[in-house]
Amino acid sequence: MKPAPFDYVRPGTLEEALQALAGHPEAKVLAGGQSLVPLLSMRLAAPAVLVDINELPDLDHVRVDAEGVRVGALARHARVLADADVARVQPLVTKALANVAHATIRNRGTTVGSLVHADAAAEMPMVLQLLGGSVDVVGPAGRRTIPVEELYVGPLESSLHHDEIAVEAFFPALAADTGVAFEEIARRHGDYAMCGVAAVVTVDGDRVVAAKAGYLSVSDIPAVVDLTEALGGELRDASLARAAEAALAVLEPETDIHATADYRAHLATVLTARVVTAAYEDARTRAGGSK
Amino acid sequence: MSENQHEIRLTVNGTDHDVAVPARRLLSDALRHDLGFTGTHVGCEHGVCGACTVLVDGQPMRSCLMFAVSAAGHDITTVEGLARPDGELGPVQQAFRECHGLQCGFCTPGFLTTITAGIAENPEPTEDEARDMIAGNLCRCTGYQNIVKAVCRAAELARDDRAPEGGAA
Ligand SMILES: Cc1cc2nc3c(=O)[nH]c(=O)nc-3n(C[C@H](O)[C@H](O)[C@H](O)COP(=O)(O)OP(=O)(O)OC[C@H]3O[C@@H](n4cnc5c(N)ncnc54)[C@H](O)[C@@H]3O)c2cc1C
Ligand code: FES
Ligand code: FES
Repeated sequence: MKPAPFDYVRPGTLEEALQALAGHPEAKVLAGGQSLVPLLSMRLAAPAVLVDINELPDLDHVRVDAEGVRVGALARHARVLADADVARVQPLVTKALANVAHATIRNRGTTVGSLVHADAAAEMPMVLQLLGGSVDVVGPAGRRTIPVEELYVGPLESSLHHDEIAVEAFFPALAADTGVAFEEIARRHGDYAMCGVAAVVTVDGDRVVAAKAGYLSVSDIPAVVDLTEALGGELRDASLARAAEAALAVLEPETDIHATADYRAHLATVLTARVVTAAYEDARTRAGGSK
Repeated sequence: MSENQHEIRLTVNGTDHDVAVPARRLLSDALRHDLGFTGTHVGCEHGVCGACTVLVDGQPMRSCLMFAVSAAGHDITTVEGLARPDGELGPVQQAFRECHGLQCGFCTPGFLTTITAGIAENPEPTEDEARDMIAGNLCRCTGYQNIVKAVCRAAELARDDRAPEGGAA
């Protein structure tokens, strides 16, 4: 099918873009189009106006400092993935991005677009949630920062107002003595995963002092579970099993054409142990601990 | 019902084309229907199959996931632009012929454009890297073994192209 007719504007300034959005209750932002255009072609969405933000100036930045990584709304996934400073300051961003779609899609799709699209099967919303990041948006009332805890309100639903444009995402830097890991199971590398898990583990010597895991495709909004208590400070088969149980108590895997709910639960269990262990080892290496 | 038309200039394989299209015209359809570049194939029309892949400013992108109006002002390369100036097959096309990298040819234009950019970025891909390069493109009939071989062969041919006369690569 083809998209339904719409009006199209490609403003050259943020002010004009905001005006165009404010002018029509059914206007929508077009960024990379890698999620929106399929929805239009399938006629699952039919906005009256598309506001193409691709020509807006000064939004394609990737800035890295000791605090973390700031990604502009027009930075493509491919660009963020290739940035060596991003990998150094917050390696989880890089690890997860390598699993976002195929290279061709990453050449056009934006990381910020993926964050506000709020798909619970997508990698980056879960990573933002796990790291406790935020998204900056600009609207008629000016600029505001939406902390991730307030960003994801429902399936495919973020708390952005319809007349706001997300301009920048912030991923906090990796803390000291902390390690990260990411793994997902997809039918084919680059496809949406049937289940994916990321973990952030902080150590003191060989003790685990904090552990959190994020899950994709096993709940309808990005899910993060604190596993510190379940692990009880150490990584053993028993404590890892307790951690997976704690996670499953929160998650709500569902059956779809790609996988049954049981299979997803199984994947979440296996991946929890694997990814928490990998993040622990990463933390030990970074902390300079011997093994 | 008349739909608003946008007058745009599309630069395809180095030549400018002025066309009037509605905003909802996909780049793939503009290339095929409005400009007659039917080498760009359309399979799924939602980004999955890769048949419609073209180069936008040298980078592979799905032409079914872009509107023609958004492509104005960018350099587009379609499969028609991959032959050598004298009309002989370009290195990736030649490699597909040598390695039997196609049968029906439906998926081929998307592979050729993707691999052209892929070997420009990585001139000496390993077999694994070759597989990764084409992971976003589906082929329904040839199978991927020969296409992977064609990637490595194309890289070889392109290196030979760049090597000075008689010199080593
Ligand atoms: C074949 C295929 C496979 C894919 N696989 C994966 C995958 O495995 N994992 C994954 O995470 N993603 C995947 N994607 C989606 C891809 O990552 C998209 O790029 C991303 O989800 C959306 O970014 P975009 O820039 O393309 O946004 P668009 O498609 O342009 O927009 C998406 C939505 O966000 C809104 N929006 C975008 N930017 C802004 C902004 N700055 N301000 C306000 N609103 C905005 C739009 O209005 C729209 O509602 C896949 C896509 C395809 C086609
Ligand atoms: S037709 Fe564009 S990816 Fe299938
Ligand atoms: S050659 Fe027939 S689909 Fe690939």
